[in-house]
Amino acid sequence: MTARELGVRLNRKEISAVEVTSAFLNRIQQLDDKLKAFVTVIGNEALSQAKAVDDRRSNGETLGLLAGVPIAVKDNMCTRGVPTTCSSRILEQFIPPYDATVVSRLRDQNMVILGKTNLDEFAMGSSTENSAFFTTRNPWDMDRVPGGSSGGSAAAVAAGLAPLALGSDTGGSIRQPAALCGVAGLKPTYGLVSRYGLVAFASSLDQIGPFAIDVLDTALVLDAIAGHDPMDATSSEQSYNPVFPQLQAQGEIKGIRIGIPKEFYAQGVEAEVSDLVRRGIEALCSVGAEAEDCSLPTAEYGLATYYIIAPAEASSNLARYDGVKYGLRSKAANGHIGMTEKTREEGFGAEVKQRIMIGSYALSAGYYDAYYKRAQQVRSLFCRDFDRLFQKYDVLITPTTPSPAFRIGEKADDPLQMKLSDVCTLPCNMAGLPGLSIPCGFIDGLPVGMQILGKRFDELTVLRVARAYELATGLAAKRPLLDGGR
Amino acid sequence: MALTTEEVKKVALLSRLELSEGEVEKLGRHLNDLLSQFEKLQLADVTDVDPLAGVVASSNVFRDDVSGEPFPREEMLVNAPEVRDGCIIVPRIIEG
Repeated sequence: MTARELGVRLNRKEISAVEVTSAFLNRIQQLDDKLKAFVTVIGNEALSQAKAVDDRRSNGETLGLLAGVPIAVKDNMCTRGVPTTCSSRILEQFIPPYDATVVSRLRDQNMVILGKTNLDEFAMGSSTENSAFFTTRNPWDMDRVPGGSSGGSAAAVAAGLAPLALGSDTGGSIRQPAALCGVAGLKPTYGLVSRYGLVAFASSLDQIGPFAIDVLDTALVLDAIAGHDPMDATSSEQSYNPVFPQLQAQGEIKGIRIGIPKEFYAQGVEAEVSDLVRRGIEALCSVGAEAEDCSLPTAEYGLATYYIIAPAEASSNLARYDGVKYGLRSKAANGHIGMTEKTREEGFGAEVKQRIMIGSYALSAGYYDAYYKRAQQVRSLFCRDFDRLFQKYDVLITPTTPSPAFRIGEKADDPLQMKLSDVCTLPCNMAGLPGLSIPCGFIDGLPVGMQILGKRFDELTVLRVARAYELATGLAAKRPLLDGGR
Repeated sequence: MALTTEEVKKVALLSRLELSEGEVEKLGRHLNDLLSQFEKLQLADVTDVDPLAGVVASSNVFRDDVSGEPFPREEMLVNAPEVRDGCIIVPRIIEG
C-alpha cells in the first residue's frame, strides 16, 4: 500500500496510526535481524507519536495526508534526544540537542518516525559496507549490497519496513541505492531542502531527499520537506510550489523533450542496463515524449572532479571531530594534539580516513592549483554543459548505475572499482540539478534504475515524466518476496 | 606522480590522523590509485574558466539581530567526553 493510500484510510479513520505503526514495527522486528536496515528503532516513541495523532483525529481535528504515516530517517540527520551516529564510532554516543529542519518538518506533518537507518560512515560509500556497525542487505538478494550511502533507507522502503524514508545524496547516495533496491529516490535541486541538522559531508553537494515505492509518494514527501529555511544560508528563498497536487492534476507529457547523453551509456555501463533504460525511453515516447541522442562531454571528468571536491570539503568539515566537545575521545590520549590524532585514528574507518587524506592533499600548498582549483574550473564546465543541454531538452535520461547490485565484499577491497559505480550519478550534484531514480526493469531478478535529470528547481517536470513512465509500464508495483526464511 | 611513504605520513599529520604502518602502506596505495585518475583533469581545457565553489549564487546571508534562547547547558554537555563543574575538561595546553 502506498503512503498516500495509508493517509486516506487514516483520515477516514478506517485504520488508526497506532495500528499502522505497530504493523511496521512488527515487520521490522520480523525482518531486520537479517536485513539490518536500521541502526536505531524507536518503537515506544513512534507508538506515542502515533497515539497523539489518533487522539487528535478522534477529537475531530482534520489532519494532513501524511499525519500518522511512518517514515525512516537516515542516521546522519539530527533527531533530538535520539542517537545520530552517522554509522561512525566517533559519533556512536552522540545525542543531538535539536532536530534537523527536515525532521521538524516531518513532525509538523505529524508523521511518525520509526527509527534511524544505516549508511556508509559519514555517507562516504556506495554499499553500506563502510558502516562501522554492519552491512545492510539488499532485499532482492541478501548476499548483495543495497547500495549506498543511504542503503538502510532504500532497503527499508524496498522491504516494506517503512513506507517512506529520507536519505541524503552527495554524489548519488539516494539515487544509487534506490536503483539497486528497486524503489524511487529523489535528490532535489541544491538549495531546495534545508541542510540544517544534516551532518555535513561536502556542503556544496549534499542534499536531502525522499525514498518511496512510487513517484506520487516521493512527491508527497518532497512537499513536506522543501522550502526556505533561514537556518541554512544556502537554502533557496524562492517560494515553493507543492508538486503533489500538480502531479495528480496533470499526467500528460506530450511534447516533452528527452535528451539521451551518450557518455552515460558508455563508461563501463552493462549493455543489458542500457537496453532497459532505452526501452524505458521508448515507453515514454509511446505516450508522446520526443527523444534524441546528445552529448555531455565533461562527463569523462566526473569521477576525478568529484573525488577532489567532495573530499576537500569533507576534510574541512570533519576537522570538527577532535575529541574535545562531543563524540569519541581516545582514552590513550597524550597531550591535546595526541588526543585529537588518537581520537580520529580510533573513531574513523578506513574510507573516511582515505577521503580526509585526499582532501588534505588536494588542498595543501603546492597542489591546490593542480587539483582543487582545476576541479572547480571543471565544475564550471559541468554547469555550462548541462545549461546548454537544458536549452534543448526538458529532461535527460540515463542509467542510474552501470550494473545491478553487486555482491557483498565484491568491491570492498578496491575503492576505485567501488567509486566507478557512481559515474552516472556524480555529474548531477556538480551542477546542483534534481535527479530521480525509478525502477525500469530487472536483470536476473535484480532491479535496474533509470535516472531522470531536470533543470534546477524543475522537480515537477522530472516527476511528471517519471509518473508517466509508471503509468505506461506499471513497474512501480513490484516488491521483493521476503517472507519466511530467506 | 605517486606519493612516497614520507608524503603519506605528512598528509596524515595535516589530517591529524595517527596512522599505523599498515595503514600508511594501504592508504598510500589507495591514494595513488585515485591520484592516477586525477591526472585526467589536466587534459580539460579550462582556459578562461572561473572556478566554481557552489551552484548557489554566493552572497552573504544575514539574519536579523534578535536574541533567542540558547541550548540548555546540561543538554549540550551530555555529549562532552569529560565534564567537571559544568565545563569541558581538556588536556593541558600551556605548560607552567
